[in-house]
Amino acid sequence: MILPPLFSFRISCEKENHTMYDIAIIGAGVTGCAIARELSRYDASVCVLERGEDVCCGTSKANSAILHAGFDAAPGSLKAEFNVRGNAMMDALCEELDIPLKRNGALVVCTKEEDRPALAQLLDRGVTNGVSGLRIIERNELIRMEPSVSDDAVCALYAPGSGIVCPFEMTIAFAENACANGVSFFRDTEVLSLHRTTEAGGGYEIRTVRTGTETEHIFTAKIIVNAAGVYADRFNNQVSSRHLHITARRGEYFLLDKTAGSHVSRTIFQLPSAMGKGVLVTPTVHGNLLIGPTAGDVEDKEAVNTTQSGLSALTASCARSVKDIPLRQVITSFAGLRAHEEGGDFIVGEASDAPGFINAAGIESPGLTSAPAIAERVAAIAKDLLSLREKADFIPVRRGILRPQTLTMEERSALIRRHPEYGAIVCRCEMISEGEILDAIRRPLGARSLDAVKRRTRAGMGRCQSGFCSPRTMELLAREVPMAVTEITKSGAGSAILTGVPPKPQKDGKE
Amino acid sequence: MKNHDLVIIGGGPAGLAAAVSAKDHGIDDIVIIERDKEPGGILNQCIHNGFGLHTFGEELTGPEYADRFICQTAARKITCQLNTMVMDLKAGPDFKTVTAINRKDGIFQIHAKAVILAMGCRERPRGALNIPGTRPAGIFSAGTAQRLVNMEGLMPGREVVILGSGDIGLIMARRMTLEGAHVSVVAELQPYSGGLKRNIVQCLNDFGIPLKLSHTVTDIEGTDRLCAVTIAQAGPDGRPVPGSETRYPCDTLLLSCGLIPENELTRGAGIRIDPVTQGPVVSDSLETSAEGIFACGNVLHVHDLVDYVSLEAAAAGKNAARYIRGGRSAAGGTIAIRPENGVRYTVPAFISPDGTDETVTVRFRVDRIYRNHTIAVYFDNTPVSRRKRPVMAPGEMEQVILDRKKLAASPDLHSVTIRIEAPA
Repeated sequence: MILPPLFSFRISCEKENHTMYDIAIIGAGVTGCAIARELSRYDASVCVLERGEDVCCGTSKANSAILHAGFDAAPGSLKAEFNVRGNAMMDALCEELDIPLKRNGALVVCTKEEDRPALAQLLDRGVTNGVSGLRIIERNELIRMEPSVSDDAVCALYAPGSGIVCPFEMTIAFAENACANGVSFFRDTEVLSLHRTTEAGGGYEIRTVRTGTETEHIFTAKIIVNAAGVYADRFNNQVSSRHLHITARRGEYFLLDKTAGSHVSRTIFQLPSAMGKGVLVTPTVHGNLLIGPTAGDVEDKEAVNTTQSGLSALTASCARSVKDIPLRQVITSFAGLRAHEEGGDFIVGEASDAPGFINAAGIESPGLTSAPAIAERVAAIAKDLLSLREKADFIPVRRGILRPQTLTMEERSALIRRHPEYGAIVCRCEMISEGEILDAIRRPLGARSLDAVKRRTRAGMGRCQSGFCSPRTMELLAREVPMAVTEITKSGAGSAILTGVPPKPQKDGKE
Repeated sequence: MKNHDLVIIGGGPAGLAAAVSAKDHGIDDIVIIERDKEPGGILNQCIHNGFGLHTFGEELTGPEYADRFICQTAARKITCQLNTMVMDLKAGPDFKTVTAINRKDGIFQIHAKAVILAMGCRERPRGALNIPGTRPAGIFSAGTAQRLVNMEGLMPGREVVILGSGDIGLIMARRMTLEGAHVSVVAELQPYSGGLKRNIVQCLNDFGIPLKLSHTVTDIEGTDRLCAVTIAQAGPDGRPVPGSETRYPCDTLLLSCGLIPENELTRGAGIRIDPVTQGPVVSDSLETSAEGIFACGNVLHVHDLVDYVSLEAAAAGKNAARYIRGGRSAAGGTIAIRPENGVRYTVPAFISPDGTDETVTVRFRVDRIYRNHTIAVYFDNTPVSRRKRPVMAPGEMEQVILDRKKLAASPDLHSVTIRIEAPA
C-alpha cells in the first residue's frame, strides 16, 4: 500500500533541500542518536538518516532496557570498555536529558554448586573490567534481598551499579537534544547505497529513498557514521574491503502488568552462555515486569516476530532463576534483533580502507549502556578528521514530556487550571492525559504515529494495550498534525490503522 | 473537598440503573462520575438491537436502551459528572474518598457515605493471549473496531478474521459484513462459543460465516499491516495440532477473547477480588469487602444481557440507599455459597442471614455445555431444590433464586452449594 507522504519533511529541523552535510549518520537508534547528540557539540553540519518513521524503531525499542554493570564482557574488549564507561556516564546524562533511570542493582543467580567457579570467574572479569561494588552473596542474604528467587539458588553475584532505564526515552532524548542543537533528522529516509565521491577532498554520496515510495534523494557527506544496526554490515561492505558480517540474533520477551512489577526488585540474571546473558527477569523503570530474551539467530533481518517455540522457551527458562512468576499477567510479547558481529565485539572506529567512514557496528548488548561512550569515541574521531571546534551555544539540557503523575495534587490542579488538557485522561491504564499526548505531537521530532505517541507518553502501553485510547489518540493526531484520520499509521508507511470509511448509502437507499 | 451521600463510579447501564434505584429509595444526594463525554457507556456503540426484551418487553438498540435510563436519571435530576476520570478510591467506615480529575476542576476529592462501583469491563488484548507472530497494524479488539465503525464512521479493515466467539466478536462479524468487509472465519479456542446462541444464528449463520470451534490463531504475518493469520485446530490441551494449519490472507484480525472486569480502583481500595470473576467478592446485598462500597454490572462479573445488569444495579442502588439511611453495613454474611461441579463461580459469594429481601438471586456461569442437566441446590448437605435445564452453556448466565424464608428456617446453615448434576 502506498500512502501519501508523511510529515517528517515539514518538521523545522528536517530540511528538504539541504543535501550536503559534513557528517551523515545512518540510523536513528540509540547509538546513532547518541552520536548525533555528541556531534552537535561541534560546529559541523550533521544529519541523521533513518528509514523508520520515527527514531528508536529498531533494536533500540526492543531490548532488555538494562544499564549493565559491565562484568559480562571479555576484558580488553570494546564492549567491556564502553560498558563500564557508559555506565559511569549515565547518572549525569540522565539528569541532563531527563531520562528515567533507576539503579536497582542486579543479581546473577547460580543454581548449582558446580557452577560456583563460573560465578567467581564472572566476578573476576568484572573486577578486571573496572566494575565496582561487585560481591558474591550466599543464599541467606540472597533470599532476604529477593524472596522470589528460585528455591535452587545457591548464591549470586551482586552488582549494585546495574540499573534500569527507558530505552525509548533515552533514544528520543538524545535525538531531541541533537535536534535542538542543529542536527537535521530525516525520518522515512532509507539509505540504498553509498559510494566514495571522486572529488578532491573525498566524501561520500548517499543514495536514499523515501520509505514507502520510489522517490529517491542524494545526500553527500564528508564523514559517514554507520550506526545502521543489523544492516551496518551492508553499508560497511559497500565502501570497505574489510567486510563485516552481522547476524540478527532474535530475542523474544514477555512484558507483564504492573501488578507483577514488584515480583523482583533487582534485575535477576542467569549465568551467561555463549549466546548471551540468558533470560533475565527484571522490573522496568516504569514498574512492569520484563522477562527475556531468548537467543536465536535468524536469516531475515526483519524477523521481529515472536514464535511459539520462543515463547514456550521463555516460560520454561524464567522459572530457573525466579519462582512463581505470574505469567497470566503477560500484557504483551515482542521480539528484538541483536546486531551480532561475528567477531563478537563492537566495531567502533574509522574503517582502515575507507577514510571518513566511521563504524558504530555490531552494537548488541550492552549497546544501550555503551551508547554515550561509543558516541564520545566516534565524536572524537570526527573531531580530529574535520578539525571541529566546540560550539559556544551548545544546549546540554533537554526536558522530557511533562509528567503530571510526578506532581503533587496541588501542582497538578494548578497545571490543569493553566492547561485544561492535562485534566483529560486519554489512556486509562497508564493514566496519560491529553496534555502529554499533545506535547508528544507538538515537540520537535514529534510523534506522527500511534506507536510514536506510545513510546513518548506510554499511552497504549498498559494492560489494555491501546484498545481504549487508540481511537482517542487518533483523533488528537488527526487534529494536531493535522492529517486525515485514514492516513494515521501504527508505525509508518504501510501500517495504516484504517482501510477507509464505510461506503455512504445514497439518498435512495442504494449504495 | 465535596461531600455526597452516594458516588457512583461509571455512567454506563449499571451506574445509571443504580442511581435511579438509589434515588427511588430515598437518596437525593447522588453523583455519577463518567469518564466519557456522554452517559450510556458501551451501549452507545452497540447499535444492534436485542436489548431490553426482559426490562421493557421490546427490542431496543443499545443507545435506545441507554436513553431510557438516561431519561430516568434526568427526570430525577441526578447529577452525572461527565469527562471525569476517577483516579483513586479509599475505603473507610465513616466515608469513602473518591479522587477524580477533569479539565474544569483539576484534581478533586469527594467524601461519600457510600460508593457503587459500576466501571464495567474491558477486552482481553492480544498480548494476554500469547499469540506468536509479528505486531502489525490491523489487529483490534472487537470492541475497539465496533467503536471505530459505529461511532467514528471509520473502517478498520476489509478482509477480516475473528478470533474468539464472544458476543462482541459475533456482532462485529455481522457489522463488518454489512459495511462491505469480508469476514472469512471466526475461530474459537474452546469447543463451544463464548457468546449467545442467538448471536451465532443471527450474526454468523445468517451470513454464511463459518465458526471453527477448537481452533486458534497460531501465527500472525505482516510487518506493516497484517497480511495473513494461520489458524490451527487446538487439541484437548489447548495446543495447536501439527498439520492442521490453514493460512488465511487478511488485513484485519478482530479479537473477542474474553472480557475482564475493570477493577483497578477496587484493588487500590484493598477490596477482596474473586480470582474467577476478577470482580469483587460481594454479599447478597452486593456489598464488597469494604463497608459501604457496593458493586454491580460487568465490574462485578461479566453479564450476558444488559437486562440483568440493570436488575443487579437496581439491587445495588437499593442496598446502598439502605446503608446510607441506616449507616450500617450488611456485610459480614456468614452463609457461604459454594460453586461446585460445573458451576464456575457465584455472585453473590455469601449471604447475610439478616437480609430483608424476600429472595436472594444467585447468578453464575457453567464451565462447559450441559444438556438435560440439573441445577441442584443444597443447604449444607441437604438437597433443597433441583431444576432441570435443557441446555446450559458458558456463554449464558444461569441463576438460582433462594427463598429467604427457607434460609431463615435453617438457623445453623453454614453453606449453600450449587452444583450441576447429570440426569438420574
